[in-house]
Amino acid sequence: MSNAALSRVTLSHLDWLESEAIHIMREVAGQCSNPVLLFSGGKDSICMLRIAEKAFRPGRFPFPLMHIDTGHNYQEVIDFRDQRAAELGERLIVRSLEDSMARGTVVLKSADEPRNKHQSITLLEAIEEFAFDACIGGARRDEEKARAKERIFSFRDEFGQWDPKNQRPELWDLYNARSFKGENIRVFPISNWTEIDVWQYIEREQLALPSIYFAHHRPVVRRSGGLLPVTAVTPVKPGDLVEEVRVRFRTVGDITCTAPVESDADSVAKIIAETAITTITERGATRLDDQTSDASMEQRKKEGYF
Amino acid sequence: MSAIDPIEPMQALPLEDIPDNGLLRFLTCGSVDDGKSTLIGRLLFDSKTILADTLHAMQRSSEKRGLDVVDLSLLTDGLQAEREQGITIDVAYRYFTTGTRKYIIADAPGHEQYTRNMVTAASTADLAIILIDARKGVLAQTRRHSYIAHLLGIPHVVVAVNKMDLVDYSPEVFARIKADYLAFAGKLGIENIRFMPMSALHGDMIVERGERLDWYAGPSLIEVLETVPPVHSAHAEKFRFPVQYVCRPQDSANPELHDYRGFMGRVESGELTIGDAVTVLPSGRETRVKDIQVLAESLPSAVAEQSVTLLLEDEIDISRGDMIVKSGELPKLGKEIDAMLCWLAEAPLDPRRKYLIRHTTRDSKAMLAGIDYRIDINTMERQASDRLVMNDIARVRFKLAQPIFADPYAESRGTGAFIVIDESSNNTIGAGMIL
Repeated sequence: MSNAALSRVTLSHLDWLESEAIHIMREVAGQCSNPVLLFSGGKDSICMLRIAEKAFRPGRFPFPLMHIDTGHNYQEVIDFRDQRAAELGERLIVRSLEDSMARGTVVLKSADEPRNKHQSITLLEAIEEFAFDACIGGARRDEEKARAKERIFSFRDEFGQWDPKNQRPELWDLYNARSFKGENIRVFPISNWTEIDVWQYIEREQLALPSIYFAHHRPVVRRSGGLLPVTAVTPVKPGDLVEEVRVRFRTVGDITCTAPVESDADSVAKIIAETAITTITERGATRLDDQTSDASMEQRKKEGYF
Repeated sequence: MSAIDPIEPMQALPLEDIPDNGLLRFLTCGSVDDGKSTLIGRLLFDSKTILADTLHAMQRSSEKRGLDVVDLSLLTDGLQAEREQGITIDVAYRYFTTGTRKYIIADAPGHEQYTRNMVTAASTADLAIILIDARKGVLAQTRRHSYIAHLLGIPHVVVAVNKMDLVDYSPEVFARIKADYLAFAGKLGIENIRFMPMSALHGDMIVERGERLDWYAGPSLIEVLETVPPVHSAHAEKFRFPVQYVCRPQDSANPELHDYRGFMGRVESGELTIGDAVTVLPSGRETRVKDIQVLAESLPSAVAEQSVTLLLEDEIDISRGDMIVKSGELPKLGKEIDAMLCWLAEAPLDPRRKYLIRHTTRDSKAMLAGIDYRIDINTMERQASDRLVMNDIARVRFKLAQPIFADPYAESRGTGAFIVIDESSNNTIGAGMIL
C-alpha cells in the first residue's frame, strides 16, 4: 500500500460530472443493441456530443444522432446542428413533426399552438421506425420538479410512457438498461448537472454554440411578464408594442414557447456571471409551456415526452 | 408538514469565479416530522439556490392548501401524487453549491416501508445526515436509518438533533440523545459519528450558527459538509478497472489506428500510472500499461472515479465484463457470493428461480444457495427465514454460473456491490453487498 492514494487530489466537480456522464454513455454502448443520441443543437446536447467524443474517440460513436424537428426552430440552431454533425462525421437523422401532421398522427388544435408537447408522437414514431432500444438525452434533474426523481436509466413502456410510481431502483453505478422489444430506455447522462455546470463545461471545453445564446438585438413583444420574439410563427397581434431589445436565449426550442431574456452577456464568461446571480429558473423564465400548471412537465413525461 | 418563515428577499451570489473543491453526495434520513424537508429547504434557501419563480410557485401551492406560511417540503416532494398525499414516496435529488463545493442531496423517505428507497439513496452517498427530533430522541427509525447507512458503507455520519427550539436549546437534552445514540451505535460498529444540535426552522447551526446554541463548540452542518475529505482519499485502495467497452476503430481512414485497441471504463478504486504492471481477469494474462487516454490527450495517471481509455503493451483478448487490476493486488475470483441483500421487489424472492446478477460490468445467472438470517431492522435481531419480501435485509448465499472478481463491499463499494435482475420483467429486484 502506497501513501500516494492518501494525498492525491480529488476530481473537480466538473471532472466528476463529466466522468459520470462518460461512464453512462459507455454503459449504453455496452448494454444496448440499437441506441440513439438526441441532438437538437441546444446547449445541453452540445455538451452531450463533447462527452460522446470523450467516451468513444478515436472510434466512431456507437449510435447515430437524431433531432425531432418541430418545424418551429430558429434557423441559426438548425444550421448549427447540421454543421456540428458534419464536423464530427456522425450520422444525423432528422424526423419532423410536420411529417407526423401530414400522416395525421399529430393533430393540432390551432395552427399557432405550441408544438413542443406534440414532439413525443414524432419521437415515438421514430423510435418505432428505427427500432431504437435506448434514447440518450440531455435532460437534467434540476430543470423541473418532476425530473428530480427520474432515474438516469428511465424505462418506457411500449406506449413510451413513464410511470413515476413504478421506477426501477437504481443503485451505485450499476445501471439496468434491459428492455423487451417495443419498449425502450431513456438515458440522461447529465442528470446531475445544473444550468451553471453546463455553462462552466462549455467554457472549459471551449464549445461552440448557436449565436442566439449570446446577447443580440431582436424585436420582441412583452407578454405576461416575459418576452415574446417577433417571428413568422409568432407574429405581432393588434395592440402589441414591438420593441428592439438586447436579449439572449437560455434554452433554444420551439419558437412559440421559448422566450429570450434581456441580457448584455455576449460571452460564455458573462453568461456564467449572469447565471450565478439569476433569480429565475431556466424553465420559469423561458419556457412558456411549463407555466400552465405546477405539474405540467410530469404530465407530458407520462405521455412520452423526453 | 414543515414550514419556514419569513421569506426574505433573495440575495445575489458573489460574482467571482466559483472555486472547486469537488463534489459531495449526501443523504438525509428522517421522516417529514423530523423536519427533514425543512432542513433541505434551509440549505437550499441559505445557499441562495431557491429562485424567485420556484418560491412563487411554492407560495401559490401553499395558499391553495390553506397554509399561511410557505411549505418548504413542496421543494422536495416532486411528484403530483406525492403532493396530493403530502408524503414523499421516492428518492429525489437536489443540487446546490456553496461556492467551494458542489452538493448532490439524495432525499429519501423515512417510513419503514421505504427501506428500499433509503438503500437506493445510500448507495451513492458519501455522507448521511440522520435526523432526530429533539423532543422524541432516539427512535426505532433512528436505529433503522443508522443501520442502513452503516450497511451501505457511507463513510461519514452526522447525527443532527433537530428542533432544538422546541426543547429550549437545552444542552442536557442534546447530551442525553447523544449518549443514547452512542449506546446502540457502538453495538453496530458504527464509527466516525458527528453530533450536532440544530433548528432547521430557525436556521441555527445549519449555514449560520445562530446565537441560541452558544454552548455547542463543534462545527455547523455546512462546516462539516465543506471539510469532509473525499471518499477515495480516505485510505489506500487497490486499483480496479472493469472494462465497459472496447474501442477498435479499424475501419477508420487513419492507418495509424488499425492496431488501436482501447479498453474503456471508469476507475472504480485506486490509481494507475503509465508503465504499471497489470493483470487482466479472468484470463490472468499480465502486461503493462502503455498509455492512459481521454480523447486525444495522454494522462500520466488515472484515479478513482475517472473515466479513461487504457492501452496495453501486449495484445490480449479483452472484452466487456473483464477487469484490469494491478498485478499483485488481485480480487477474489469465485462462483459463490456471501452477501447482505436488500430485497426491492413486490414479489418475494423465490428460491427455486434463477436470477441475473450484475456485478461491475459483468452479468451472471445466479441461484440462491441459502438464507442465513434475516435482520429485523428495528431491533437489529437476526431471525431465521426461508423467504424474503420487499424491504427485507438478509444475509444470503448465491451460486453463480460465471465467476466474478469481487472485493468485500466494506473495502470497495464499486467491486463489492451487485444488483439482482428478474429476467422475466427486466426489473431490478435486489441490491447486494459482498461480505
